[in-house]
Amino acid sequence: MEILYSIVVAPFVDMWTSPVFFSEVVISGVLTGVMYSLVALGFVLIFKASGVFNFAQGAMVLFAALTLVGLMEHGVPVWLALILTMLVMVALAIAIERLMLRPLVNQEHIILFMATIGLTFFLEGLGELMWGSNVKMLDVGIPSESFEVGGILLNEFDLYAAAIGAALVTVLAVFFHKTSVGRALRAVADDHQAALSVGIPLKTIWIIVWSVAGIVAMVAGIMWGAKSGVQFSLSLIALKALPVLILGGFTSVPGAIVGGLIIGVGEKVAEIYWGPLVGGAIENWFAYMLALAFLLFRPQGLFGERIIERV
Amino acid sequence: MTADGSSLLVVNNIEVIYDHVILVLKGVSLEVPEGGIVALLGANGAGKTTTLKAISNLLKAERGEVTKGSIEYQGERVDRLLPSDLVKRGVIQVMEGRRCFEHLTVEENLLTGAHARTDGRDRVAQDLEMVYSYFPRLKERRTGQAGYISGGEQQMTALGRALMSRPRMILLDEPSMGLAPQLVGEIFDIVKRLNESENVSFLLAEQNTNMALHYAQYGYILENGRVVLDGEAKDLAKNEDVKEFYLGVSGEKRKSFRDFKHYRRRKRWLA
Repeated sequence: MEILYSIVVAPFVDMWTSPVFFSEVVISGVLTGVMYSLVALGFVLIFKASGVFNFAQGAMVLFAALTLVGLMEHGVPVWLALILTMLVMVALAIAIERLMLRPLVNQEHIILFMATIGLTFFLEGLGELMWGSNVKMLDVGIPSESFEVGGILLNEFDLYAAAIGAALVTVLAVFFHKTSVGRALRAVADDHQAALSVGIPLKTIWIIVWSVAGIVAMVAGIMWGAKSGVQFSLSLIALKALPVLILGGFTSVPGAIVGGLIIGVGEKVAEIYWGPLVGGAIENWFAYMLALAFLLFRPQGLFGERIIERV
Repeated sequence: MTADGSSLLVVNNIEVIYDHVILVLKGVSLEVPEGGIVALLGANGAGKTTTLKAISNLLKAERGEVTKGSIEYQGERVDRLLPSDLVKRGVIQVMEGRRCFEHLTVEENLLTGAHARTDGRDRVAQDLEMVYSYFPRLKERRTGQAGYISGGEQQMTALGRALMSRPRMILLDEPSMGLAPQLVGEIFDIVKRLNESENVSFLLAEQNTNMALHYAQYGYILENGRVVLDGEAKDLAKNEDVKEFYLGVSGEKRKSFRDFKHYRRRKRWLA
């Protein structure tokens, strides 16, 4: 009885009795969630347009962050380093299309997936080869003062991260739904043979998608890097993006966002209120349990494209 | 039909191999004159779709390859071009089974057809209106998701999408597939109108021989990857063998199984 009470009742009583603390937990969860969303977004973009599950997205985040830090260490000003990194990511996209996607066109998805695993190792190696493997500080000039609103402690940096994330998503949504390139991208995602038949050049589309995913990876890399330093483990946050994708749906941009927020908030709240019951450290596996539950009941995720079946 | 230079498309003795081993077309030649409707007839697996894909260069995306022969469009070799280059030059394929982009709206589907164009938004908007004037039903459905509209409307969307590229030649694969007879007539009527007023030439692969020969001027009959018979559509429609093998009618009395040998002998030219 006591166990049941401590699982089902006590946490909610705690939340109710100290609402300020609870909101702090939720807000810090939301802000972590935004970061997860940014990583998941890169996956969704590539998966939608080419049906490839890009395992290397995490490595791209690391690679972009390493490039940026490396350039800045060599005395390049922030704005120029940002532009150069962006160009590097575009060049990377072109190289990936030429050297990886083009020879493997029409192969099974699993083969392309394996190729992206290879790409992961390549990028991690290349990044370290070029810029070394030390943990680096990244400071792009985003302020990180803490302040209080109504008794709730907030960090400026997290707010900036959220704002940048929101801006990025808005830009992408407009790009996908209002421009002709975006329309072509969605067409390719639906049926790439038919897209080919109406004159949409697949090669260009792939380069665009991988470039956009690369730039999204750069933004994610900056945010994570500025928060916890640029280091090798950055490429592992790709693993955290998996449950986000399962939750939100592999094909949905809003899904990646909402999924990220749910996972971010969920793991923080679970850690604080239910963690002590099992000795803590729920945060590390909570997301995966949630994803597992989702796979059972809603395999296409919250916002995944409905599988249209005419009967 | 003669090779007098007025042909828009000339396919000369092409051979197609899939996956380096499977020989599908064993020497197919055909011509489409400027402004013509040419029918490509034959049973399942005869090679109609492969012929069309060889022309539009969609074969490469399926591990197929033209290994012999040549394909000329407006007097130029086009067998090494990308599908998108061909669309820019005015050759577009409407694939079998409609293949609309299911999650895009009808209007977005139509606009994807204009992707390769560079002549500005106004012209594209004009052509959108043109397409809607041919297919008023699509205008009503313009904001609906293409995955949820009826089969006939999807076929119209696919045809309209091809029109948006301002083609001179449409390779139309099996437009009658899975449609009610009345709708098939409607689609073919529109093909005829497009041919006459927009000056679009058609190469039409069909199993519905009767319908196709009614609308086409010329026809080729494909069997096992070879052209076995060709001629003016009205002559083909009268040909006894075509009537028997493809139209399912024969002028004489009912056939009995005793005539089976005779049937085999007559059909030998097809194999």
